[in-house]
Amino acid sequence: MDILRMAVSATQRGKLIAAGYTSLSSLSSISPPVLARDLQIPESEASEILKAASQSVRLDNSNGCHAIIAGAQTAWDMLNEEDTSRCITTSCADLDNILGGGINCKEVTEIGGVPGIGKTQLGIQLAVNVQRPADYGGLGGKAIYIDTEGSFMVERALQIAEACVEDMLEYRGFLRKNFEPCHVSMQPKDFLANIFYFRICSYTEQLAVVNYLDKFISDHKDVKLVIIDSVTFHFRQDFDDMALRTRLLSGMALKLIKLAKKNSLAVRNLSPFAGCSLESGDDQVFKWFIPFIPCLR
Amino acid sequence: MELLDVGLAEVTLAVAQVSAIACPPCQTVLSLLEQRVQDEYFTGHLPTRLKGLDDVLCGGIPFGVLTELVGPAGIGKTQFCMKLSLLASLPPNFGGLDGHVIYIDVESKFSSRRMIEIGVNSFPEIFHMEGMAQEMAGRILVLRPASLAEFTESLQQIKVSILQRQVKLLVIDSMAALVSGEEQGSRRQYSLGWHISFIKSLAEFSRIPIVVTNQVRSQNCDEASQYPFQGAVPSMVDDAVGNRFDSHLVPALGIHWAHAVTIRLVLEAKSGARLIKVAKSPISPPIVFPFNITSSGILFTSDVGIEMTGPQINTIQNQGHSGILNFSS
Repeated sequence: MDILRMAVSATQRGKLIAAGYTSLSSLSSISPPVLARDLQIPESEASEILKAASQSVRLDNSNGCHAIIAGAQTAWDMLNEEDTSRCITTSCADLDNILGGGINCKEVTEIGGVPGIGKTQLGIQLAVNVQRPADYGGLGGKAIYIDTEGSFMVERALQIAEACVEDMLEYRGFLRKNFEPCHVSMQPKDFLANIFYFRICSYTEQLAVVNYLDKFISDHKDVKLVIIDSVTFHFRQDFDDMALRTRLLSGMALKLIKLAKKNSLAVRNLSPFAGCSLESGDDQVFKWFIPFIPCLR
Repeated sequence: MELLDVGLAEVTLAVAQVSAIACPPCQTVLSLLEQRVQDEYFTGHLPTRLKGLDDVLCGGIPFGVLTELVGPAGIGKTQFCMKLSLLASLPPNFGGLDGHVIYIDVESKFSSRRMIEIGVNSFPEIFHMEGMAQEMAGRILVLRPASLAEFTESLQQIKVSILQRQVKLLVIDSMAALVSGEEQGSRRQYSLGWHISFIKSLAEFSRIPIVVTNQVRSQNCDEASQYPFQGAVPSMVDDAVGNRFDSHLVPALGIHWAHAVTIRLVLEAKSGARLIKVAKSPISPPIVFPFNITSSGILFTSDVGIEMTGPQINTIQNQGHSGILNFSS
């Protein structure tokens, strides 16, 4: 019964079936007052049900009638898109080479490593680099930094911003373009003002912030990079139900991918490695999860 | 949708609104910096009076995060903790935080006599004043939980007193001893995980420094995995039977703990000299300082540290140290 697929509440569905409406086509020629009388619901509710029904019908039709599936892109179009897409430099030439220019937009990039190796440093570096103008390897945009571990140090961000300004001033001499001499007028503190910082203290806050990102980004259109440091920290403790944890993490990963594609941003997850040491059953689940994430890229 | 008996549109809207409310407030990093400069003592750091370390840590032990001291037995971790407790209790014009200190002393290593000795030798101008020794020592509260359960209970009270702004430093000496009494396996990991979250969130909300000491354990060679391009594996001694022994020690409490601490200071002994290494820190390069323990606590023999690249920064050595254990301060 295609009534079951409609996006209405369970009681409304129950009333429709009880009144004899078992398929979408049976709703197509009914007007709201008639439906309201049949189901004994207010007329506004009836018109909403009919709207939901017509939406489902439209989706079905488009699948049947058109040869091209909605939402698909040809490989050629994707190639053109990839060629024109910009990257954020990591300030390490070798790394940029391997990544094909830098961190790509519309993608989720994961950085993993043992404690103290430099993941947070790379995260802060990218948050500063994304603000560089396009000629200097950035996107001229702002960054969101979601900190779950508390390892973000403002003093370090200031140091990196100061070094970035020096670097840009030095590089300006090498560029053979005629643009205004005072094009690079950003001060280190301006870099800091363009990084939005969220401090997350539990996994519920983490889920909330990922859900909220969509609205935040539509309010701040110039955000070009989202950094999450680190994605799995709060999920390593306080979880008895491992299956739930895997579902939540996978769901979050999918949301981030969708967000990246929709808003053309780069999303960076920094995740701590469980390492090879199997200290407890907990780490075994974790090891299973880590190979899962890269194939979602 | 089934649960709340509403349509898809309402559910999406509800999720969006709940997320917006549950989400913590956003701040720009610039406003964070300005807040810290304005509101906090020494822009959010506790100066350790060890010039080299303070320079490298941008002012001292940072507020709001966990700093770990790890090293073999008898190297000076408790001495360092006692010195820090003293520093935190000093009035601001002497470089202190003018506050109370909670010292969780699991292994009963805290010696008030030694603390006063450190105070008298490091700050004679304060401690020779009438009643100052009593006032300073009176600000340091020592707790001796016998088990993790007792510690967990007292954590709630600790939280209240910290949030009432009287306590400016929390020292836990040592975390490994607290946790080691618990049963092995997933219960222990779960319990350690809970404590990690609690302590970190406590540090975060109250913006105080939390210093934790950790013990070491020996590393079995399965964990020493190397990439082929890193060259030869560091020295492994073979014995007659052909088994491999690794001469390295590693911090206890595992990798989850290693991720949770923000700053890790490794204390070790090498050829009879004591070294303190900044092994993990978001604000400093990997750097080593030699130090000595004297009557006024820990003193650096050189304020210019040596930068140490490569994996040695994380290793812990205990060579030539047993001879030092018998010295008198």
